[in-house]
Amino acid sequence: MALNRKIAYINLTTGEIETKPIPISMRKKFLGGRGLDMYLMYNHVKPGVDPLGPDNVAFVSAGILVSTLASATARTHIGGKSPLTGYVGSANMGGFFAPEMRWAGFDHLVIKGKAEKPVYLWIHNGEIEIRDAKNIWGKTVHETQQIVREELGDREIKILTIGPAGEKLVRFANVMTGVKDAGGRSGMGALLGSKNLKCIACRGTMDIKIAHPQEALDYNKTFITQITSAKVSQTQGKIGTPFIWGSTNSWGGIRTNNFQYNQLEYSDDIEAESLDEVNIGMAGCFGCQVHCRARYIIPDGPYKGVYDEGPEYTAQGAFCGEPGCTKRNTLLVCNHLANIYGMDLLEVGSLTAWAMELYEKGILTDKDTDGLELRFGNDEAMIEMCHRIARREGLGDILAEGGLRAAKKIGKDSIKYLIHVKGMSNLHSDERGTPSLALGIATGSRGSDHLRSRPAVDLYHLPEPVLRKIYSTPVAYDGPLTSDYKDYEGKPWQVFWHETCYEAVDCLGICKYHTTFLAATGPNFEEWSRVLYYNTGLEMSPVDIWTVAERAYNMERLFNLREGLTRKDDWLNDRYFDEPTTRGIPAVQGRTIDREKFAKMIGEYYEHHGWDENGVPTPETLKRLGIDKEPSHVL
Amino acid sequence: MAKVLMIDYEKCTGCRLCELVCSVKHEGVSNPARSRIKIVKWEWEGRYVPMSCQQCESAPCMSVCPVKAISRNEEMGRVEIDYDVCIGCRMCIAICPFGGMSFDTLASKVIKCDFCDGDPQCVRFCEPEAIQYVDAAEVSSVKQVAAAEKFTGIMQKVAAAIAAV
Repeated sequence: MALNRKIAYINLTTGEIETKPIPISMRKKFLGGRGLDMYLMYNHVKPGVDPLGPDNVAFVSAGILVSTLASATARTHIGGKSPLTGYVGSANMGGFFAPEMRWAGFDHLVIKGKAEKPVYLWIHNGEIEIRDAKNIWGKTVHETQQIVREELGDREIKILTIGPAGEKLVRFANVMTGVKDAGGRSGMGALLGSKNLKCIACRGTMDIKIAHPQEALDYNKTFITQITSAKVSQTQGKIGTPFIWGSTNSWGGIRTNNFQYNQLEYSDDIEAESLDEVNIGMAGCFGCQVHCRARYIIPDGPYKGVYDEGPEYTAQGAFCGEPGCTKRNTLLVCNHLANIYGMDLLEVGSLTAWAMELYEKGILTDKDTDGLELRFGNDEAMIEMCHRIARREGLGDILAEGGLRAAKKIGKDSIKYLIHVKGMSNLHSDERGTPSLALGIATGSRGSDHLRSRPAVDLYHLPEPVLRKIYSTPVAYDGPLTSDYKDYEGKPWQVFWHETCYEAVDCLGICKYHTTFLAATGPNFEEWSRVLYYNTGLEMSPVDIWTVAERAYNMERLFNLREGLTRKDDWLNDRYFDEPTTRGIPAVQGRTIDREKFAKMIGEYYEHHGWDENGVPTPETLKRLGIDKEPSHVL
Repeated sequence: MAKVLMIDYEKCTGCRLCELVCSVKHEGVSNPARSRIKIVKWEWEGRYVPMSCQQCESAPCMSVCPVKAISRNEEMGRVEIDYDVCIGCRMCIAICPFGGMSFDTLASKVIKCDFCDGDPQCVRFCEPEAIQYVDAAEVSSVKQVAAAEKFTGIMQKVAAAIAAV
């Protein structure tokens, strides 16, 4: 059955491997994926450990619905204390790795210690082997996977790997699979690199029994139709997330030149229509009918003829909006470099743009950049910085340490220009006109992040009755809700709701594009309760699933608090409050976030969570969620 | 008229939902190793090709079967295995030029596409319509239209270019 997958404890220092079943009681409490990983993380990572030391622990998992009939059940979660922020490290990727891990018999891997020399794991139908990685150490993300398949003699093997950036401990290195699927935030690639673990190869042919096969098939058809009938899904299925860029940029929601402006001029070359010219078709992750991953071939320049996938909306912002570059080739090449080196392109672009502002302001000089003219709009400099960061050369070595450490090293008032939350760079969207989006990034448990709680539908001017319908289930809410994205009222509930929704998604192992994220009509708790039953036999109500997500999110909060997080870390850079937006439609021009109103929003957000004014879960909250005796060491 | 699976690999997004629904429909499990359809991939080129039984008119598997367990069902337009007769020698797998026959190691039997008795689940779930279930004669007419469209499209482009000059 879908619930008999095991947990494996792998000690790379001693070579010991132990496997255990996962008790059903823990399934009901945390489901799987990110939820159970957060429980494990709180229980296995001792307070205050060095994130790049052998005492940190890496967690790799599949959501509980992965490989079943629940639409796009492809997601792998990777956890551990973040080398970038020192708080919750948590990354999530699509592709085909997690399903293969489940067919090979495992749901959760707990990886401890540090191998003496580079190794990789080979997981095959219930067996785990630690193997020598000397042939693949130093190889790119794409090369590694091809070599391992050849070495093990099976082209169906699925591989989770780090690239050269992870080996070099770039603090925002990715864990990746396939061509571009990336567990791309919080530096989980550096965590694996610090353990001398190059990759995990999986191959499985073990049954996952579906509890009610015919019902699961029939309901999956309904479920998929609910997703693919949304216009936004259809557009995404044709050109991927770059479709978001055009509209967002035109109204002034894109942060450019490292926050100096909120619109990129002359951006035609990097918009969806232009990318469509090099698109050779779309691709889907496991079981996905949205197929939002574009396949492309670089049409010109030194990389002409190279195949890669993407670029996504985030890449447009990272390599064009932030550094003020406007050439398609820059976007396609940088996206490719981030994929083969294995690093978070958002950080690469954001930190480069930050360095550009420092250079233009004279805080960084030609001496610091080894003569590279680090000016906004210098496309060659953007491409060059991808190499330097991944290889830790010169200024790249400093930026590879992440924004906060780099700011300390660069000194002067460089920190003033660093757009981050908890040491993680912000997405390139400009949230000064949208308080709900600003609250989401300020409070995210893994640092600034749009995939933790972004209430994207807040931008759609949905009528109040529609908002009520979305936000009053599965738990009751009768507080304020407004259709105006400029408001502060009611937004904390929206952020809390989406935070819980996305946590549930990550416990289930499905994709965020298959829920109420970009499409207001996407399935959520009600539908999940049904797919969970048909596929696994687990009977859990929509409220039960909501509670699992709340419980998991509180585990993350407890972890962060234990590592020293305080209320002041749930905050934004001063520029959000002091520098008004200068471009865009009239409604978003001249906008800043109001400090007082924002502080009030944070207070309300804490209240919805059942946290006190310092953001600490109250004893009643922990008791209600059954996590008042953690760490409990059940697993 | 009997129907066939019409596969257009250019439309395939490589998601493998067909493999999943096939194994669930036939075995009640998620396990691509037991699926009757397989997406063959070259990930680093972005090439994905669905492969399944071609339901050949003059099927090599049928000819090679030493116990005559394989026959053609003309009404359904499919090649069938009679499991009461099959001895599991796997000669059919050895001879099939498409890999349309495979061996289910868990059930210890040869498996192949049976069109889900007229409602192929791979077709039901393939949103990009890379796999379609159509009348055998329709396959060529669909291809004719596509080729003609491409051809006239080029002609029109050339004409427009000449006109522009």
